[in-house]
Amino acid sequence: MMRAAVVMAALLLAACGEVDQAKQGAGVERGDQAAYTGAHGTIPAKGWQAGNRGAWEKQIRSRGQLQNEYNRIAR
Amino acid sequence: MARMKFICDTERCIECNSCATACKNEHEVPWGVNRRRVVTINDGVIGQEKSVSVACMHCSDAPCMAVCPVDCFYRTDEGVVLHNKDACIGCGYCSYACPFGAPQFPSNGTFGLRGKMDKCTFCAGGPEENGSPEEFEKYGRNRLSEGKLPACAEMCSTKALLGGDGDVVADIFRTRVITRGKGSEVWGWGTAYGNKPQQDSVNQEMAK
Repeated sequence: MMRAAVVMAALLLAACGEVDQAKQGAGVERGDQAAYTGAHGTIPAKGWQAGNRGAWEKQIRSRGQLQNEYNRIAR
Repeated sequence: MARMKFICDTERCIECNSCATACKNEHEVPWGVNRRRVVTINDGVIGQEKSVSVACMHCSDAPCMAVCPVDCFYRTDEGVVLHNKDACIGCGYCSYACPFGAPQFPSNGTFGLRGKMDKCTFCAGGPEENGSPEEFEKYGRNRLSEGKLPACAEMCSTKALLGGDGDVVADIFRTRVITRGKGSEVWGWGTAYGNKPQQDSVNQEMAK
């Protein structure tokens, strides 16, 4: 009886845990391609090669600096 | 690794709505759906009225992900919170959970009748082939895979809205605050990402 109650409680609480929601969670392939792999049929920004993760990250950081107008004016 | 974040500098936002317009145009968002919008805070309070551009902030610990009953949300390697419209059942739990009012429910267009949720994707598309027509129809354009940043941030006329790698945008904002000597409050940052961007170092610099 006690054993059955423990098993029942374990089953009932099984849904209370956190679900791994990373792109490739436990046993889950969400089918999204990484951004650094590039996109077909589009005109990419210049200065990086699709498929090169390091180049893509460098591109994103350098493009982010275009939002910094202090880089464009004399201080 | 890049960790994508948004900052809206309320000292600079002039409520021009170019961010909302750029988003609408870039993704051909249907009528009645606003992935990004500009809201007024402290409306009518003299000297404290500010405008702020709001969309999905791609929270570090996203409440929408926690409440979704069909587990349609996921986080990319860059920290962008996306969702699978094929799995979404349009229950609206995410809408109640989101502190920014980001989830939208189209009433027309491809997903209108089935009530799929729509939200800002940080211009990163969704779980379809990058740049494909299917991805565009469901999620809009995938600018990140083109090596570009979100259209809203890149089109912001006063550069109030900053988007991109969290370290880069926080550094840009920090430099601004130190230069102008005020306006270190970042609306929504603490809610979305936890601590404010380098708040201690900003305060130390301003105290000098």
